[in-house]
Amino acid sequence: MNDTMSNALSRAAAAAALSLGLLAACADGGEAEKNEDDTARAAAAESVTVVDAWAVATEEGMTAVFGVLENGADTEARIVEAASDLSRVELHEVAESDGDMVMQEVEEGFAVPAGGEHELHPGGDHLMLMELAEPLVAGDRIAMTLVFEDGSELVFDAVAKDFAGGDEEYEPHGDHDAHDM
Amino acid sequence: MEPTRTTMRRRGLLTAAGGAALGAAGAGAAATFGRDEGPGTETAPETTVPFHGPHQAGIATPAQDRAVLLALDMHETVDADRLAAVMRLLSDDAARLTGGVPALADADAELAAEPARLTVTFGFGLDLLDRLGLAGALPEGARPVPAFGTDRLEERWSGGDLLIQVCGDGDLAVSHAVRMLVKDSRSFATVRWTQRGFLQRPTGGGTARNIMGQIDGTGNPVPGEPAFDSAVWIGEDAGPFAGGTMMVVRRIRTDLDQWDRLDPVGKGRVIGRRLSDGAPLTGETEDDPVDLEAREANGLPVIPASAHVRRAAEAGAVMLRRSYNYDDGPREDGSPDTGLVFVAFQADVEQFNTVQAHLDEADLLNTYAVAVGSAVFAVPPGCGEGGWIGRTFLEQY
Ligand code: HEM
Ligand SMILES: [Cu+2]
Repeated sequence: MNDTMSNALSRAAAAAALSLGLLAACADGGEAEKNEDDTARAAAAESVTVVDAWAVATEEGMTAVFGVLENGADTEARIVEAASDLSRVELHEVAESDGDMVMQEVEEGFAVPAGGEHELHPGGDHLMLMELAEPLVAGDRIAMTLVFEDGSELVFDAVAKDFAGGDEEYEPHGDHDAHDM
Repeated sequence: MEPTRTTMRRRGLLTAAGGAALGAAGAGAAATFGRDEGPGTETAPETTVPFHGPHQAGIATPAQDRAVLLALDMHETVDADRLAAVMRLLSDDAARLTGGVPALADADAELAAEPARLTVTFGFGLDLLDRLGLAGALPEGARPVPAFGTDRLEERWSGGDLLIQVCGDGDLAVSHAVRMLVKDSRSFATVRWTQRGFLQRPTGGGTARNIMGQIDGTGNPVPGEPAFDSAVWIGEDAGPFAGGTMMVVRRIRTDLDQWDRLDPVGKGRVIGRRLSDGAPLTGETEDDPVDLEAREANGLPVIPASAHVRRAAEAGAVMLRRSYNYDDGPREDGSPDTGLVFVAFQADVEQFNTVQAHLDEADLLNTYAVAVGSAVFAVPPGCGEGGWIGRTFLEQY
């Protein structure tokens, strides 16, 4: 498992490395010791699995990744960041803005309840690949990394599928220049 | 998979008991319903046919009520790797939908809840494998069907790179599956032809009648018997297609206006079996053997020299016929536009060719039935859970 993780990380492109770098910096700021506890407590990444993961095939630009996050532990797991070697990734939610459904970054991350699940689905929470360098073609499989609050990381594969639904406008915080998904 | 007769009886029983509760959510609801009836009563009919297994479903599976056969042409740019990626997608769709679970990215997830014995079967055109440089993976029995003198083939019903056969007992389940499978292949393929077929199984069980009114399927090999296995499945040492089969699809147009002019006795003589009950002209019941030697007092054969069953039987090759009827009419002038989506499975296309050559030479049925479409597909074996159809030749070569 850890092998797969470090493998994917070593393949991570500059953008992804950057976002993980942020996290490392965060961990330095007082969470270094916590790592010791973590080995005893089981990292969040060990108890969460991702099933039915898929991404929307697209020619260019942004695209979304969906799936069901299942938490087998008796403590909540919180996803605070995501990465992919294809693009910078944001955690998005869909919310109403002036009567329109728009998607925007969530600040607080995604919580996967203890013993429960958190579904990422069209029209709801999702992982957003922000700037694909190459087209994502149906059938392609992409490696995604989820980063949990405790610093642990989970790698999973999502398969690209042609999909027409859930095309909410993207509305970055404080920015009203909406883009198409 | 279960015998047709049982299905019918179970269904009847449930209807009588107030079958409205059945099917609220597919197998789950059915199971609950069965329990409510208490011990000793029959459980609800199975609504799913396993997708996974050594052979693909939809071949030995007792025929469902509906079939849609799709032939896709893969874009020129599709190579073996891309085809593998497409087959992973399509196999995943098929595994989920046949199990009553929505496909990934299913925009109409609710329509998956009642699979109605849905099966999805994949086959590959011989030219496609050639084009991909994979012809070496094909079994010996993968050969084309030659042109026959009685054929009136039309391009629009012939050929194709990827065959998807979707069968089920409900139009909605079949339609939804077809839509999903096409959505997941349309970036890489165009639809060459679509053939829709129906079959009406007798309520009391037994062999169904075809659009000409004949009881059709009696002479078929029986799944589970050794004769079936050797006739239909490609042998174990045949490489990537071992456990698969060769599929011949013929669109055969029937001239029902012409057929109407015959009386029942005449109709029986065309086939060599009675129209009323499908019994051979030499026997009493449908299951009686066809006696090709029997003669009338005047010395003429009881089963005419050019009767369909005689000509077919004398060719001496066995195949599994799993045909459906089509009815695209009536045309503007009121004439019928009907026929058979004739589907035959055999280990070697030569089995079909041998019989067809015999029928082409002489068959009373040729006056009323003419092939307007023809296609051959190599059908790979089934796959296990997590596997996908086509892996045996797309990953090895
Ligand atoms: C519209 C076209 C056709 C119709 C309506 C038709 C109808 C029938 C009927 C009613 C029977 C007797 C019942 C039975 O055994 O199933 C039969 C038998 C058979 N047919 Fe056809 N058939 C058609 C085309 C073909 C074709 C194209 C082939 C193969 C090339 C074929 C091969 C056979 C065989 C092998 C049998 C069994 C003969 C035996 O008893 O040994 N049929 N068909
Ligand atoms: Cu988004």
